Amino acid sequence: MISEAQLKRIAELARLQLTEGELALYPKQFSSILEYFEKIAKIPTEKVEPLVTPTDMVQTLRGDEVKPWEHHNESLANAPERSGNLFKVPPVV
Amino acid sequence: MEDIYFTTITSLRDRIRRGDIKAREVIEKYLGRAQKLNQRLNAFISLNQEGALAQADKIDQMVASGKDPGPLAGVPMAIKDMLCTRGLKTTAASRILYNYVPPYSATVVERLEAAGAITLGKANQDEFAMGSSSENSFFGVVKNPWDENYVPGGSSGGTAAAVAAGMSVAGIGTDTGGSIRQPAHFCGVVGVKPTYGRVSRYGIIAFASSLDQAGPMTRTIKDSAEMMEVICGWDKMDATTAKVQVPKWSTQLSSNLKGIKIGLPKEYYSSAFAPDTQKVIDQALAVVREAGAQIVEVSIPLTEFGVPIYYLVAASEASSNLARYDGVRFGHRADFSKKPAEDLAEFYSRSRGEGFGTEVKRRIMLGTYALSSGYYDAYYRKACQVRRLLRDQFKKVFTECDALLTPVASTPAFKIGERIADPLQMYMNDIYTTSTNLVGIPGLSVPGGMSSEGLPIGVQITAAHFCEEKMLNVGFAIEQALGIWKKVPNGL
Repeated sequence: MISEAQLKRIAELARLQLTEGELALYPKQFSSILEYFEKIAKIPTEKVEPLVTPTDMVQTLRGDEVKPWEHHNESLANAPERSGNLFKVPPVV
Repeated sequence: MEDIYFTTITSLRDRIRRGDIKAREVIEKYLGRAQKLNQRLNAFISLNQEGALAQADKIDQMVASGKDPGPLAGVPMAIKDMLCTRGLKTTAASRILYNYVPPYSATVVERLEAAGAITLGKANQDEFAMGSSSENSFFGVVKNPWDENYVPGGSSGGTAAAVAAGMSVAGIGTDTGGSIRQPAHFCGVVGVKPTYGRVSRYGIIAFASSLDQAGPMTRTIKDSAEMMEVICGWDKMDATTAKVQVPKWSTQLSSNLKGIKIGLPKEYYSSAFAPDTQKVIDQALAVVREAGAQIVEVSIPLTEFGVPIYYLVAASEASSNLARYDGVRFGHRADFSKKPAEDLAEFYSRSRGEGFGTEVKRRIMLGTYALSSGYYDAYYRKACQVRRLLRDQFKKVFTECDALLTPVASTPAFKIGERIADPLQMYMNDIYTTSTNLVGIPGLSVPGGMSSEGLPIGVQITAAHFCEEKMLNVGFAIEQALGIWKKVPNGL
């Protein structure tokens, strides 16, 4: 069973404020989900290289070139608050 | 006039290209119908009223002046709201992006539009594509056009419902663990997830980058092939796209399956399916046998671990991908005017806590836990190791057969609200679809029959990496023999 303290620690790491409802709901759900996930522990995987992408591909790199980007106003238009060409954030005490 | 609503891409674009019908007329009618039916089905988050008509006029001008308007000329598309569309709101069905207007379009959208397709609107879905029922949307639940008490499946439920209801001719979904194939199955349409690396992910809101793949949702296999020819192929903007030739699938379809070996993984068939699902599978097997295919039993012993591996990998990648939503540069920001944040962590936590829905938070939390110090080896790393073993088993199976035929899910659509309270039960629905993404192979769902309640049932076909042709042919044989795709929902 995941404790409330553990849950709060994960929420802190994930930068998520949880509602009262979620704090009440998650511990039991997480415990049953994690118990189900732990089935994989019994599969022998010694010396097996983890697979992080499913097809055989090679890393490709491109040149780091400067290119003009003319849509900065469209990007800035999405800002919750802006000041000229800058993103504005509230003061943090 | 021939019905323009329940038509195919090939038929509609031929009529538009010949000048038999104007693209503007088609789009005006579709916008009207989509708007009207959306009040019942909630399949679209937004409609592209002005943009779609402007695109249609461009097609009509090209036809009038004898220019080639492209292979998808004038065809309306429901684009899942995971794909960025320049100047058109893109939300991922989340409060955290409720007002986001992208400054660029996804490569998939650019390619579709360059081929003449019209972006009709942005389709509803589960928030950030996390869900199997399209009930997890900030913009409300999507309804199944065959029976509005049922879910359309998910996460691409809006696209599936729009195509099934004749609100669009075709559309784009994304599939991370079955999110194209399962709603296609629930709504009676064709849905194809191409091989990982076939389709550029540039401009598609990231959920789990090693699993996500966009694909077509259409009325027929041929229509899906037509769209794949347009959207597949290497893209300099996505380093994971493959430099593999894109075949002309639509011109090579054949329902003759002589020489094709179809595998039935015994682990998929070891548990009982709903009786109607079993009937549809039996009928599909009879069809492919009749078409000349040989049926062989194969084994994928790790099948039962597909769901745990999938949810560990997907949640871990999601917790990392969704870290970008911080309330600074775009999207939802909590109101700090009355109660300022004590520190930067609180600034992020409050905005994210308000912006994400319960299922998205649940997965970010699970992923954070699986990646955290002390648990990484037991969860994330272990899941990636078993993922390799699973891929090896699939590779071996495809030396014994050309394609696999299985159900998409063990039941047809379920009722709205029926499973939402138990996330683990919802995750376990995905047992037949998640392995496809973990190993990166292509998969599709093709309509195969109807349940006694009148709900569609699809058949899933998968094949080896980059072998879409065989998979499409098996689907084509089933579609041609059974003709289920011609059925349309009553009362729409």
